[in-house]
Amino acid sequence: MNIILVKRIVFVLGLIPLLRLFILGYLGDLTANPIEFITRSTGTWTITFLCMTLAMSPLRWITGFSQWVQLRKTLGLFTFFYGFLHFTIWYWLDHNLNFLAMISDVIKRPFIAMGFIAFVIMSLLAITSNQTAMRLLGGKWKMLHRFIYLIAILAVIHYFWHKEGKRDFTVVYIYTGTIFSLLFIRIPWIKRFIKK
Amino acid sequence: MIFKDPRIKSRDITPQDVFAHRRKLLKILTVGSLAAGLSSSLQYEAFALTENNQKKLKAKYNQKYSVKDKHTSFKDATNYNNFYEFGMDKDDPARYAKSLITRPWTISIEGLVQKPMTIDFDSLIKLSALEERVYRMRCVEGWSMVIPWNGFSLLNLLNKVEPLGTAKYVEFITLADPKQMPGLSSSIIAWPYLEGLRLDEAMNPLTFLTFGIYGEILPNQNGAPVRIVVPWKYGFKSAKSIVKIRLTDQEPITSWHRTAPMEYGFYSNVNPNVSHPRWSQSTERRIDGRNIFSSKIKTEMFNGYEEYVAQLYTGMDLRKFY
Repeated sequence: MNIILVKRIVFVLGLIPLLRLFILGYLGDLTANPIEFITRSTGTWTITFLCMTLAMSPLRWITGFSQWVQLRKTLGLFTFFYGFLHFTIWYWLDHNLNFLAMISDVIKRPFIAMGFIAFVIMSLLAITSNQTAMRLLGGKWKMLHRFIYLIAILAVIHYFWHKEGKRDFTVVYIYTGTIFSLLFIRIPWIKRFIKK
Repeated sequence: MIFKDPRIKSRDITPQDVFAHRRKLLKILTVGSLAAGLSSSLQYEAFALTENNQKKLKAKYNQKYSVKDKHTSFKDATNYNNFYEFGMDKDDPARYAKSLITRPWTISIEGLVQKPMTIDFDSLIKLSALEERVYRMRCVEGWSMVIPWNGFSLLNLLNKVEPLGTAKYVEFITLADPKQMPGLSSSIIAWPYLEGLRLDEAMNPLTFLTFGIYGEILPNQNGAPVRIVVPWKYGFKSAKSIVKIRLTDQEPITSWHRTAPMEYGFYSNVNPNVSHPRWSQSTERRIDGRNIFSSKIKTEMFNGYEEYVAQLYTGMDLRKFY
């Protein structure tokens, strides 16, 4: 199938979680605490898109189709998009866009710090995701974009700490398992083993 | 070899002869119910009527102890709950608490009291005149509601059992029946859910023994048939579906304190100046149908009940006794 068409389909599919929030909002179905629901939903979708982004290279190794990798950028930018919504809603509605209040929350609370650092790094990757930045950075580009592994680890810690009070880790374990498998598979000798 | 599943009790197994003649039995039952048709349908209507009447509670509005804030809608107050016995998600209690059996229900008051007693729900609710009080409910998670509760001060009950001079604390023990409560399969906290108050806190007139909400008997998901509401403390202090109240001389080890001692103290008074380890408690999100993009509101000391309860804590370091 034509890769441009596939990219367009992925783009439309990627907007569904956002569309869902609008529909639920219109129906008044965002629970009694809509902001919490939206914050959590965008957070979960951030980590979901992160998993999908990380899955593209392994899919190429396993199937031998190089086209998978061409979807990486779209998926990566969706990760940033939902991360941006997640961050902005918290910054706006929890901190009234007060920069100092937001930063002091980041400094005081490791759980928030993990998410914040991940978001800052992710912003750098998003900014440098275009052809111009790629050309300008040359060899450094690849190194910079390897920081996605760090983002993945920070995101998992952020999620874990968030759920710590209730000790309700079921969903967190699923995401942690997925992310660690996707990182593990990149260890050179395992990669060699699965490569077609 | 006979395979025996230990979970299946012999009383649950349909006897062989009943099973073999089930069609015949059904026929007999059908004919029987046709004969009794008229009378049973009348009975049904009578039952529905009394049930309807019983759902409403007559309670006198108590202005002194009611806040003027806009009420949370009945829908939100009964569909957004933390009641882990029925699941961890906010909509789980509304979905699964139907399995809770609230009648007959007895509650026993024991421990360091002159007159221990066991009282059934219908007598308990008649112990004192019912009041309606509109309280703020501040959850430790950072959201709050404004709810009209129906009940009477817990002190009315405690006075009946005459606490001994040695009694210093009151422990609330709630129902833990895995047959009625699917959430008990999770081991997040040790069941039964235990809560506690210092005796003078429990005797404060604000501490409310609650049977109803918005003038109706408590829906199961809100802690039916009897719970307490302690409006100046975080919501989890207000134990639901209480089966036993025990007076002791030792500070009770409450469920949440046991699970995460650094995060949830015995006192857990609403206090904007003492942060939860993972989030600030200085603001809260009010659930009252306001625009969803409204900013948070400031949390008040003792949830706004300072004038009634501050004297309970004179000389105490509330950072230490969080």
